[in-house]
Amino acid sequence: MADDLTARSTSTGAVAATPRDARAADLAPARSAAGAVGGQRRRRRSVSSNARKRLEIAFFVAPALALFVLFVVVPVVQAVRYSTYKWNGLGPMDDFVGLDNYTQALRDTVFTDAVMHNLIIIVLSIIIQLPLGLAIALLLNREIWGRTALRVIIFVPYVLAEVVAGVVWLMLLQPNGVIDAMFDAVGLGGLTQLWLGDPDVALGTVMVVLTWKYLGLAIILFLAGLQGVSADLYEAAQLDGASWWQVQRRITIPLLGPTIRTWGFLSIIGALQLFDMVWILTGGGPANSTMTMATYLINQGTNRSLYGYASAVAVILFVISLIIAALYQYLVLRRDNPQAPKPRKAKA
Amino acid sequence: MARNRVLSAVALTAGVAMLAACGGGGSDTAAEGSDSGDNTITWWHNSNSDPGKGVYEQVAKDFEAENPGVTIEISALAHEDMLTRLDAAFQTGDTPDVYMERGGGELAAHVEAGLTKDITEDSAEAIEKIGGSVAGWQVDDKTYALPFSVGVVGFWYNTELFTQAGITEAPTTMDELYAAIEKLKAAGIQPISVGAGDKWPAAHYWYYFAQRECSEDAMSAATTDGDLSDECFVRAGEDLEELIAAEPFNEGFLATPAQTGPTSASGLLATEQVAMELAGHWEPGVMQGLTEDKQGLGEKTGWFPFPAVEGGEGDPESAMGGGDAWAVSAEAPDAATDFANYLLSDEVQTTFAENSMGLPTNPAATGSVADPALADLLTYRDEEASSVQLYLDTYFGENVGGAMNDAIALMFAGEASPQDIVDATQTALDNE
Repeated sequence: MADDLTARSTSTGAVAATPRDARAADLAPARSAAGAVGGQRRRRRSVSSNARKRLEIAFFVAPALALFVLFVVVPVVQAVRYSTYKWNGLGPMDDFVGLDNYTQALRDTVFTDAVMHNLIIIVLSIIIQLPLGLAIALLLNREIWGRTALRVIIFVPYVLAEVVAGVVWLMLLQPNGVIDAMFDAVGLGGLTQLWLGDPDVALGTVMVVLTWKYLGLAIILFLAGLQGVSADLYEAAQLDGASWWQVQRRITIPLLGPTIRTWGFLSIIGALQLFDMVWILTGGGPANSTMTMATYLINQGTNRSLYGYASAVAVILFVISLIIAALYQYLVLRRDNPQAPKPRKAKA
Repeated sequence: MARNRVLSAVALTAGVAMLAACGGGGSDTAAEGSDSGDNTITWWHNSNSDPGKGVYEQVAKDFEAENPGVTIEISALAHEDMLTRLDAAFQTGDTPDVYMERGGGELAAHVEAGLTKDITEDSAEAIEKIGGSVAGWQVDDKTYALPFSVGVVGFWYNTELFTQAGITEAPTTMDELYAAIEKLKAAGIQPISVGAGDKWPAAHYWYYFAQRECSEDAMSAATTDGDLSDECFVRAGEDLEELIAAEPFNEGFLATPAQTGPTSASGLLATEQVAMELAGHWEPGVMQGLTEDKQGLGEKTGWFPFPAVEGGEGDPESAMGGGDAWAVSAEAPDAATDFANYLLSDEVQTTFAENSMGLPTNPAATGSVADPALADLLTYRDEEASSVQLYLDTYFGENVGGAMNDAIALMFAGEASPQDIVDATQTALDNE
């Protein structure tokens, strides 16, 4: 990540030197600060080339923008519209109920519990997968025998289709199934549970399966990040007499920061949308103990034909995701973004 | 760090897109009807394996031969697949001409949206023949579909395991059922499997208890006026609580599916892990599919009706069940109604019975049912049961039925009281 470091220091310098450039960069956030400077110079020189540039941008952005509007913006707006009606999906939508669907959803304890389950999964995913993933990544970054094979093995769960993995786990976790037999074999028969059948245990079981499935992604990302840490730094640290532990704590992990923060974002988004694995393992049961926002949505929408109500739930889910994503972007990812309005100099 | 920023932007966009996709769907444009020509009939059914598939192909050919110029386009779909496609078809208004209806609230919703044709007059002859079973497919005294197979729910049991536990006669009252449960437990046999993971198999117990506890008046107040205020519905919950407290069910029943795989409720019965299961006429067929020799329980298959409940105001002879009916979509050509009538004719229903595709509703086919288990069930339905009450969840429709089943499933998990079930159902009914 040495290149990232230098990239950051130069662009931070640019922001500090010319606030006007920073503003320009804000207006065109997709472009780099350097590009913005070039653009300004050209604008002063010729109006026609400016118009040409706009045309160019319009030409290249239009197809993507059209698709985005068609498949993202329009459905979102439609969902908002459906959410104000009581509608079973058949015939005309004529029973306008205003915000009733929203109040009904927020009063339904099954839904609020589902939101809690999502939040629990977000927190647990990070608490469990971050240290575990980091430890394994650091381990696999050393010269050990069979390293490539180990890397592959650890990444396999992530590559498996979610549904396939879910069905396999479902079979393993049956009462008196393979998992129970394994517990018995090592003398832990007393610890066996109704893994998916006990409302107090099911969410924990789902969490274990999710960890197995997604740990590989964390590790592979961290390993990729580790490749970017310059060997020079390790050498320098060794010359200074740093222990292996000190090297990891003071050099590797801080330089992995941006990778970890991005992984965190992916993990949060994944946890908010969690559906497939839960749907296959428990369907949200038993007694709604593993219900997530997405399974609740399908339950109400598809299974009960409450399309208006389910749209309201979808909109709430959208807003919650947006708030969490925006907060994360503002509080955490901002430090990786040199063009943010108020860069934290202290961390740079 | 532009790379990370792009990555997070991609993640955010993908996330938002996923959510939006979940929320969308449906269209409020009115039905245009089938775009096929006047003399082409589209027909969707769920007999996608032989013998059913072949039988229906032949039926369509015969009808085409008798009615020159008429073509029938068959879509033989897997059951779940068919339901999903039908849902989508109803929403876009592009429904097949002849399709399956399960009756009750679901049908009422289709009728209200103007999707299903009133065939009271055009099918008068067939309706007359079918008799009382057609009631589940009527809305405001008009008939919208012709039931071609109506089954009843009861206990399927393993006769060998019953003998092993020293049970000589099938239970006829709840007390006898409790005695049987004790005997089975004493013999180290899990008494009953229930697919509470799918909710509806668990809910069937409550429906039956309600049917046994409630007088005819209380039941019709519930089904026609949506009024569950009669005390009998609470008593039904208390009966169910008592049964659950006796712990007759298979290990981990809260997560057990109804019919998929060897650890499902049907699978447990088929592999002789449990002694009995409350299920419909489909059970022998499902069990055959779940055993390697395709025999299911074979000779050991037994059946008895849901026991009488002491002090109940309901008819102890009444059965609960449901079935499938052929409906004609509103925009379908006239030939489609003729075809639906043909499907209920003596000839087709007899072939249907001979191939054990279900429990025929046309009395002319009664004697032709090949499968002995189905034949016995048919005798019970037609001769012993006083009436067949449609499954309550089907009757109430997807929304109310779903709310009711959720509450009943919660009782199985020990998280809902008898009053909670009534309240949840009543609230959903009031919101309709």
